[in-house]
Amino acid sequence: MNRCGSARLRLMKNVLLLLWAAVAANALAQPVQVTDDRGVVVRLAAAPQRIVSLLPSLTETVCELGRCDRLVGVDRYSDYPASVQRLPTMGGGLDPNVEAIVALRPDVVLMATSSRVADRLRTLGIAVVALEPKTHADVQRVLLTVGQLLGVSDAQKVWRAIDAGVSAAAQSVPASARGVRVYFEVNQGPYAAGASSFIGETLTRLGVKNIVPTALGPFPKLNPEYIVRANPDLIMVGQRSADGLAQRPGWAGMRALREQRLCVFPVEEANVLVRPGPRMAEAARIMARCLVEKAPRTAVSKAERSAAGPPQGGSSPSGGSAPRAAGSVGAAHLAAGPPQGGSVPSGGSAPRAAGSVGAQ
Amino acid sequence: MTSRRATGLALTLLLISLALVALGVCVGSTGLENLLTPLLDPQAPAAERALAQQIVWDIRLPRTLGAWLAGGLLGLAGAVAQGLFRNPLADPFLLGSASGASLGVALALAALGGGAGMLGGAMPAGLVVSVFSGSALVRLGLTGAAFVGAVLAVLLTLMLSRGVQHTLRLLLGGVVVGVVLGAMTQMVLLLSPDSLQAMQAFMLGSTSFVGWTACALMGAVWLLCGGSAWLLARVLDGLSLGDATARSLGLPLAPMRAALVAVLALATGTAVAQTGLIAFVGLAAPHLVRSIVKTTHARLILLSSLAGGVLLTAADTLARGLIAPQELPVGVLTAVLGGGYLLWLMHRRSGGERGLGA
Repeated sequence: MNRCGSARLRLMKNVLLLLWAAVAANALAQPVQVTDDRGVVVRLAAAPQRIVSLLPSLTETVCELGRCDRLVGVDRYSDYPASVQRLPTMGGGLDPNVEAIVALRPDVVLMATSSRVADRLRTLGIAVVALEPKTHADVQRVLLTVGQLLGVSDAQKVWRAIDAGVSAAAQSVPASARGVRVYFEVNQGPYAAGASSFIGETLTRLGVKNIVPTALGPFPKLNPEYIVRANPDLIMVGQRSADGLAQRPGWAGMRALREQRLCVFPVEEANVLVRPGPRMAEAARIMARCLVEKAPRTAVSKAERSAAGPPQGGSSPSGGSAPRAAGSVGAAHLAAGPPQGGSVPSGGSAPRAAGSVGAQ
Repeated sequence: MTSRRATGLALTLLLISLALVALGVCVGSTGLENLLTPLLDPQAPAAERALAQQIVWDIRLPRTLGAWLAGGLLGLAGAVAQGLFRNPLADPFLLGSASGASLGVALALAALGGGAGMLGGAMPAGLVVSVFSGSALVRLGLTGAAFVGAVLAVLLTLMLSRGVQHTLRLLLGGVVVGVVLGAMTQMVLLLSPDSLQAMQAFMLGSTSFVGWTACALMGAVWLLCGGSAWLLARVLDGLSLGDATARSLGLPLAPMRAALVAVLALATGTAVAQTGLIAFVGLAAPHLVRSIVKTTHARLILLSSLAGGVLLTAADTLARGLIAPQELPVGVLTAVLGGGYLLWLMHRRSGGERGLGA
């Protein structure tokens, strides 16, 4: 009886001690509540002190909000900032090591909604906040949600800084590079980054045109011929899939490759570009730098040329894109000539492309 | 009589092939269209003509012909395998030789640091190793690796099944070898993540980047394999009557068998090295031919080759056109269509005799 009572006392003391430690660590130990991307409302007694992140962009978000020190474990792909490389890895986002996560006793696990492991962790009594950043708007929402979860009051300010960074990058793009038509290849399939992807959104904000329209979805596997016909002014590609571009059948004649208008991003930069996270301003700067260095300077004069006269540009060797630069000119030419609609690439193909995807 | 029927079938298949190649040239990233008009029309703007020429000549024609040749090689390999193993279910896939070939490609890529970008913003200066590379040397090297892989896989299957007599054991051996080699390919790719993405796209089977180099290579191998198979087909006719009968006809069984295994592996390896894993063409083509005409193995092999070409060109055109400008991997399409055909075949057979045609 007596012993039992003293044990209980010790337990209470421990609990009090723990509570005190928690309060001391976070003076504003108020309960937090967030709604994650599954629509699940997650309540925590206090802002989490031990965090496991299973998605690189979420890891970067936590650190961007100044709470890097609360991360106790990350997935194997999280490599930024450098400090997280010292943390124990919990496997990948899709194949995490549940046992290792449980052993870390995290207050909360941040992960993508696509991971199956959320329910498993939930039943093991671990709070899970599942977030899936895919677009610019998602990055903002995720940043604010994580800020709310971590009790960071100035998350909105952090977002404004990121957003301003993207705008500044867009400002740095010279007027002559605006309207340049860009192809961003994510994988040799060839899979492209479409206008609706995170990468495509950044390109749009930089004021350039994506040759892969929104209708094709974020990352379509294209017929390589589509890219040759679209004849982009500039090609962006990660180093991993950059080799042999010019050796692909029919690609050597493409203007971008002929004139070396090609940006090959090293692996670290490619990681920045493809992660929808707080480094999107840096991503915009990387792409802006590519545009400054490699974009053709003739975009403005081309527009003037096609606006001024009839489409005689076809006779000059590099003028292949001149009739395409202004859709109206191409269409006028089409209406006048015999019905060879299939041969005019961008103007004619866009609606048909949309139709075929819709029928899919 | 059968000879005339076989000739008729050959002519029909050739005509269909021509029609399909013409169709393949007209199906592109915007669906069905006619590019030949600007190509032949002297009034068309020069830039438009140049673009049309580039697309037809550099992209569509080689990939359409490439699909035909790859299908031809697979059809030939299938017919040889079915005759050699006296087993109507023998197929480059079911024997594990296709898995062996792709393991060879993966190993070669990993050894050569495949996929590691060698152009730092500049055009490639030296040898660029990519599974989609158009360089003749790379294509030849990958084909060689695929050939070695295919030979080893077939030998492994034969070892596991202890000969060709036992249908079930042969098929099981092939499946086991296929699974094990497939897993090894995955492991190689995991260890060299640089080539992982490109290889994954490649393994689904694709004619996207088949250029003239690959076409020429497949054409040469097709002629070689077709010629050898024609000369060696006598032994298959003999074998269809049993080993003892074949031997009594004075045929040198062992060396001829080895030569046929080499033909089978070379055809499979060459096709796999250029287009990746394309399932069931090798299985379906000989069945299709046999259902129309009963003939000697020499004719059967060549007809199967033509039928394989027709099947794969049709599938490839379909894969390009269905969701243009996006593309289905043609290997996925043939697996779905061919798998259905195989099921139908098994269903039909199980009604009659017991077992799978053994």
